[in-house]
Amino acid sequence: MRAFARLFLVAILGLTVTSCGGGIPETEKAAQEGILLMGNGSEPKGLDPHLVTGVPESTIIRSLLEGLIASHPTNDLEPAPGMAESWESNEDFSVWTFHLRDAQWSNGDPVLASDFVYSWQRILSPELGAEYAPMLYLIENAEQFNRGEIEDFSQVGVKALDDKTLQVTLQGSTPHFLNVIKHTSYFPVNPRAVEENGGMLDRQSGWSTFENYVGNGAFQLKEWVTNQVIEVERSPTYWDAETVRLNGIRFYPIDNANTEETMFRNDRLHMTNTVNPDKIPFFQEEMPEEMSITPYLGVYFYRLNVTREPFTDVRVRRALALALDKQTIVERVTKGGQAPATGFVPAGIPGYEPSTAVQYDPDEARRLLAEAGYAGGEGFPRTEIMINTSEAHRKIAEAIQALWREELGIDVGIYNQEWKVYLDSQSNLDYDISRSAWIGDFVYPSTFTDMFTTGNGNNDTGWSNTRYDALVAQSWVAETEEERMELFHEAEDLLLEEMPIIPIYWYTRVKLMSPMVQEWHPKLLDAHPYKYVWLQPNGDAGE
Amino acid sequence: MLKFIALRLLQGMLVLLGIYAVTFVLVAATPGSPFSSERAIAPEILAQIEAFYGYDKPLGERFITSLGNVLQGEFGPSAVYANRTVTQIIAESFPVSIKLGSISLLLALVLGVPAGILAAVKRNTWLDYLPMSVSMAGICLPTFVMGPLLALVFGLILKMLPVAGWYGPEYVVLPATTLGLYYAAYFARLTRGGMLEMLNQDWVRTARAKGVPEHTIIWKHCLKGGLIPAITFLGPALAGIISGSFVVETIFQIPGLGQWFVRAALNRDDFLVLGLTVLFAAMIVIMNLLVDIVQVALNPRLKYD
Repeated sequence: MRAFARLFLVAILGLTVTSCGGGIPETEKAAQEGILLMGNGSEPKGLDPHLVTGVPESTIIRSLLEGLIASHPTNDLEPAPGMAESWESNEDFSVWTFHLRDAQWSNGDPVLASDFVYSWQRILSPELGAEYAPMLYLIENAEQFNRGEIEDFSQVGVKALDDKTLQVTLQGSTPHFLNVIKHTSYFPVNPRAVEENGGMLDRQSGWSTFENYVGNGAFQLKEWVTNQVIEVERSPTYWDAETVRLNGIRFYPIDNANTEETMFRNDRLHMTNTVNPDKIPFFQEEMPEEMSITPYLGVYFYRLNVTREPFTDVRVRRALALALDKQTIVERVTKGGQAPATGFVPAGIPGYEPSTAVQYDPDEARRLLAEAGYAGGEGFPRTEIMINTSEAHRKIAEAIQALWREELGIDVGIYNQEWKVYLDSQSNLDYDISRSAWIGDFVYPSTFTDMFTTGNGNNDTGWSNTRYDALVAQSWVAETEEERMELFHEAEDLLLEEMPIIPIYWYTRVKLMSPMVQEWHPKLLDAHPYKYVWLQPNGDAGE
Repeated sequence: MLKFIALRLLQGMLVLLGIYAVTFVLVAATPGSPFSSERAIAPEILAQIEAFYGYDKPLGERFITSLGNVLQGEFGPSAVYANRTVTQIIAESFPVSIKLGSISLLLALVLGVPAGILAAVKRNTWLDYLPMSVSMAGICLPTFVMGPLLALVFGLILKMLPVAGWYGPEYVVLPATTLGLYYAAYFARLTRGGMLEMLNQDWVRTARAKGVPEHTIIWKHCLKGGLIPAITFLGPALAGIISGSFVVETIFQIPGLGQWFVRAALNRDDFLVLGLTVLFAAMIVIMNLLVDIVQVALNPRLKYD
């Protein structure tokens, strides 16, 4: 037995020695080959643009498929040509015409206007059960078709006028339509591939598996090993293949931020997906060149259940909001360069000045609380903050708990629920205060303001205000952009006056990124057109 | 012996059926559904999705359908991962876990058992204290400390081994060592205990008095019996180690079974939870049967009945 043990040790040592060989870091080798190595959160739940809803999925899908309008490398609002070569709208932005270029699918089929009609019919078909179908409700009769109220798709406002011309008729004037259609739910799928693998209405259609995937994007699938890696390589059939500088991208599904960081420091990734917040100050100090912090179009906030005492009283809600020193929270707890949220719609949307309505004003907070009958926190009922299980959320909740105790003399508890249970509790209004967050689907204020209308599925606060509903409804039919922005502001001001939610901070994206990565610009939605990105080898990564 | 095995297998099947039924009810009773999402889903759309996966049927009917499928070897589609069935997911990740598990177990046995024998034979000397202190540390030091520690030393400082992934043989070393050391510690302590019990028997004293050489006493007379506690532990250890360790797999980014256990539960991926539970239960049943057979072979006091 001892001899066997010795043999085993020798074998281990042997492996160790052989693996030392080479000496060139993985990141350097990949940079020379033009392959970007990036951490990508978790294993994608699928690669069908009409069925997936998560970020790791859309990060990959954006390399494989391209919509009518592509993401601009630096500007969040500027539409870049994608499958559409040019486009125009009528005067009130309610009818859009797209002229498609001569582009090809990876199976050789030409990309036709009818492919878009097919694709949008697919995502809107009630039988498919696509969760993101409401993204297309801007289109005339799309909602009615999706709800099964009309069955004839030709009544929906999308027509292929000929092979290369697509006409889209909207519910109302929508100048930001070009922004909305950058979302993956508007991406086309190849009709032949879908039909050959179960058809338009099949949720488990096999077209989006590794073997059958057909795309029209800058890259195509090369390898997919579950829980390990998804590799894409440059697509020879892409219309703008000349511009594409990378030869490939490897997306690594790494759930654990610490594992990801170890891999980055071991020179196995050019870019991480995230960074453990506790380590941000360390990296800022030790590896400033690799630290990347950019604004992200999202807001972290607390929902207040306005159907429960004491949150039925607007003075209480306002008192809680004004008593929070959010600067302290972002500096001492989240540490990732987040901005204290003075409004609900995050800063950064061009043309929309962020609100400054919610400031830190402890005196006013105490006054409001006293007016509501809880002077100095006296008699304030026991309430609790509900969070989903996560160390990061707990730390923020604990900070807020302490701030409220200090400023208002009230005592709130914290309890956590596992993610799916928490979602149920939140939508059933079974909470007092609920930790929440919202990331924009597109760069426009409506992606934030729409959700608090009466009966909106994402409201989840029990709050309802007819004036608010009216303002949002008017914003859909406003004639000029100025008027529309004015309406958004009015709606947001009203929301912040009524305070069914307490904005806490505006998000940032925090990554570790090797200096080898070039042409990777801050994007509010973190949607990067990979075709412009390239790698400069010999950059010193990870040390 | 055949009758013994047949009987135990039959018992095992009943146990599995019971486990399946209980798990099914528990999964159905758990709050939250695989389809609840942060963004509201229109009720019409949710109804379509639920109908697709058969959630619109009454519980009893669902149980019978799913049991029927299982008997045909298909646990159903994953409710969360598009285009993947539970059987596919298991088929992909199980071999990885078997590979990692068997190497870890081999390492655990190769390190743990000799250390335990040595400690028992050289009782109360440094050859006892040292391996036993180390093994106590090994048991106390959780894998989520040991793993990153090994990765730090061998991956980041010495740059000898890759820290994560599952590609070539060198990728096995750190995770297998992390997992193996943990179980080696158990085996060392169990073997030491078993050997000591044997060495204290009256017949050992008699053998020594008769002048039987020490190595014959240890290797020939005591080893067989001394290994019984370790072998009893082998069953659950094997099942545990092969079904994957969530922690080790997460730390080293290994595409094994362990990650699915946690992910399935978090996602409320009902069919996957059921499939994995049954798989795990079946492994324990089989391993325990094997261990029983080996035990009878080693222990003359036991018989097959």
